[in-house]
Order: sequence, then structure tokens, then C-alpha cells
Amino acid sequence: MVPVSAGLVHTSDYPGNYPGYDDTWDMQKFQKNFRIDIVHLDESTMEFDMVGIDAAIANAFRRILLAEVPTMAIEKVFIYNNTSIVQDEVLAHRLGLVPIKADPRLFEYRSTGEASAEEEGSEIDTIQLQLKIKCSRNPRATKDSADPRELYLNHMVYSRDIKWVPIGNQADVFADSVIAPVHDDILIAQLRPGQELDVIMHCVKGIGQDHAKFSPVATASYRLLPDITLLEPVEGERAERLKRCFSRGVIDIQDVAGKKVAKVVDSRLDTCSREFLRHDDLKNAVKLARFRDHFIFTVESTGILPPDVLVTEAIKVLMVKCQRFLSELDSTDLE
Amino acid sequence: MAGEGEKKPVLEMVQADGADEGCVTFVLHNEDHTLGNSLRYMIMKTADVDFCGYTITHPSESKINFRIQTRGSIPATEPLRSGLNELSDVCQHVLNTFQVSLSITYEINCPVVVQHTSV
Repeated sequence: MVPVSAGLVHTSDYPGNYPGYDDTWDMQKFQKNFRIDIVHLDESTMEFDMVGIDAAIANAFRRILLAEVPTMAIEKVFIYNNTSIVQDEVLAHRLGLVPIKADPRLFEYRSTGEASAEEEGSEIDTIQLQLKIKCSRNPRATKDSADPRELYLNHMVYSRDIKWVPIGNQADVFADSVIAPVHDDILIAQLRPGQELDVIMHCVKGIGQDHAKFSPVATASYRLLPDITLLEPVEGERAERLKRCFSRGVIDIQDVAGKKVAKVVDSRLDTCSREFLRHDDLKNAVKLARFRDHFIFTVESTGILPPDVLVTEAIKVLMVKCQRFLSELDSTDLE
Repeated sequence: MAGEGEKKPVLEMVQADGADEGCVTFVLHNEDHTLGNSLRYMIMKTADVDFCGYTITHPSESKINFRIQTRGSIPATEPLRSGLNELSDVCQHVLNTFQVSLSITYEINCPVVVQHTSV
């Protein structure tokens, strides 16, 4: 029976689309065909393959990595003294974008809507940081020097000057880890003698949907694995030109019975520039497609959490979303 | 959710009067394509679902209209519930597979740069 949605949805693998073929969701089949291969993993980047899943779910993971995995970032900046040339709001904006190395799983969201609690943050949902720096003239500089590095002390305010001020029991809870910005060489402002910055900052937990400063990834993206097939044997000088049409390492020239024959070695390396379509004698020799269910994910972390933890958290976020609506369904059913 | 003011709805059901229980539009608040598209995929794969689709009514509002029409007189909450359960199970399986793959990677070297070998 063909469902009403036939022709309206973009997928083709729903039950009823192909007559006589049962396309209903089969968990066993999914578990049999699904696999994850980790290609590259270090402290800041990760590349892995997810094979056997639909684009809707893979895209959901990508969207969650970008916008719904929570992190800690500077939200409120209390400016006690700012005589620098950087305006208050510009300074506050720059401070908000500095990534703070604090595990967001150890903190709670700050509850909204309660006026009394809005000013103070408690130790469970706030990190307090301080930036207090004053620029002065270097008494030991030579008379004729024009180099600001020699003339002034503290004239460049870096993120390493942001110091953590533990509140409540945070000093005990985080005794072995120091809460500080991820990178200590982010330039925040420049000062000249007499100018100073005296700023207290509150970090809260948030998600990228609210403000991009809360996004835990530099970027998270995926591409589909290209599928390159040669429809006819390509030999000799044509093979050399075909090899140059693709990225390096995709096509290899092999010696078969004295003739040079082209062979597809590794389609993963291709960037799909479709250069071969510009050559009239090569455009019908190759079929370029993509595998619809093979996703090559690249996750670059900003350094707050390692990329494998980020992917794990993203999958858990999607599970929590489903559970939330399930419990909502159950509670309305009981009423 | 405790707090002053009215409780913010998370899930609403809108049903045309007189129609059977099988054609329902659910309004999911604070959701977008992330859950909408993946849930639509899981429910379309369910048997006896005649129509399943979602729209974001206006990009400034974060809610989606999720419509399910079933064949026979099956109440629409059933495919919704089974779709949510199956999506949750898929996520659990993806998580388990990922953890297994991670542990294999850490066993080989730590930290790791695995040379990709073509099959």
C-alpha cells in the first residue's frame, strides 16, 4: 500500500515505496550494517566514518555538535574600571568569545526568572574570573627606543591575565584542575601607561543556539564518501589525463600487458571537482556518485572538551530530547 | 516545571473535530530540524503510517508542527511513541558502537594517528 506521503518526502526507503519489498524499520538489520571507524583522533581534532545510517540522523548529530552541546563561557562582565581605548561593550564581547577550559558537565544551568538569584551566582552554576591589569612605563627602557615592548610594561592584555577566583567550595572540588582560558595567548586589549582594566567576569553554562560563544566545536562537518566507477577501460594517454582530473592518489596507472590502464584506488581522497566532465572524451567514461549512507565526520574542538567526548555528549543530547517527549506523552496520557 | 507564571507547554496536540484519532498535528515547542527530521524519518519507516511530515511554521518561533496520519484506526500517538523509542534505541546503539570503536583505537595507540588503509 503506497502511503499518502509518497512523492512528498525526500527519502525513498519508506515502506510502500517499492511494491513487494518491506522497508519497515528493522533494528536487527540496522545493527548488522551499522559501523563506526575512527580514522584520526588527537586532542583537538577527530575524523571518523559513520556507515549505515540515514542522513536525517547524521545531520541531527552534526547540528547538535554545533548548537546544543553545552559549554561554559563568560556571560556577565562587571566593569569596575576601564580606562583603555577599548569600549566597555567591545571588551565584554571579546571576553565572551574566549573559550574557558571548564568541564560543563560539572556545572548546572543558571535558573532564570528568579530576580533575587540573578545577581549572585552560586558555586554550582557560576565560575568567577578576574582581569586586573595596569599598564605602566618601563623605568629601565633606553632613552631612544621606540619599541612598545621595551617602553611599556603590561601593554598587551592576553587571556593568560584572566585569573580564576574560586567561590564557595570550588577550591576543593577543582583542587587538581585550574580553571582558565584554553589558550593563554589570545590578545584581548592593548594599553598605554596610566590605563588599566579592572573587571570581574561570571561564566555560565549555555548552548550554541543561544550564542555562538557557547559552541564547543571550531566546526563539525560531514561529507559523503564519493563513489567513482570507470564505465569503460581507460588506457594510455587518456589514462594520464584522467589521473590529473581527480585529486592526487585517487586514480593509479597500472601496467597491464604493456598498456597503461587507469584504476580507481582510493575514492575517499577525492574532492569531487568534476573536472573530468570538461573533457569530451572522458566525460562518458566515469560515473561519479556518492554513497548515501557513508558519512565522513570531521570534528574540531575548541579545546574545552576532547572531540570524542563531544560526539558522545551529542548522541546523549538526542537521546534526552526523545526521552523528554516520551515522558511528556506519558504524562498527558495519564491525565 | 516549578516557577512563577504559567507552565510552558512542550507538546500540544491539535486535532480536527470529527476526524478520527489517526490524524493529529503535534506542536513540539523548542524544537527544530534536529529532532523534526530524524523523528520524521523514523516514523515514516513505521508500518501503517499514511502520512508523516513536519514544518517550521515561522523561523522566528522555535516550534514545529508535526503531522501524523495513520492507516486504519490506529491512534496517532502510537507511531509517535514508537518513533521516539526507536530513535532513542538508534542513539543508544550508535553510542555503544562509538565507545567500542574508541576503546579499540585507544588500545592500538594513545594518542593516535591511525593510517587510513583503503579497502
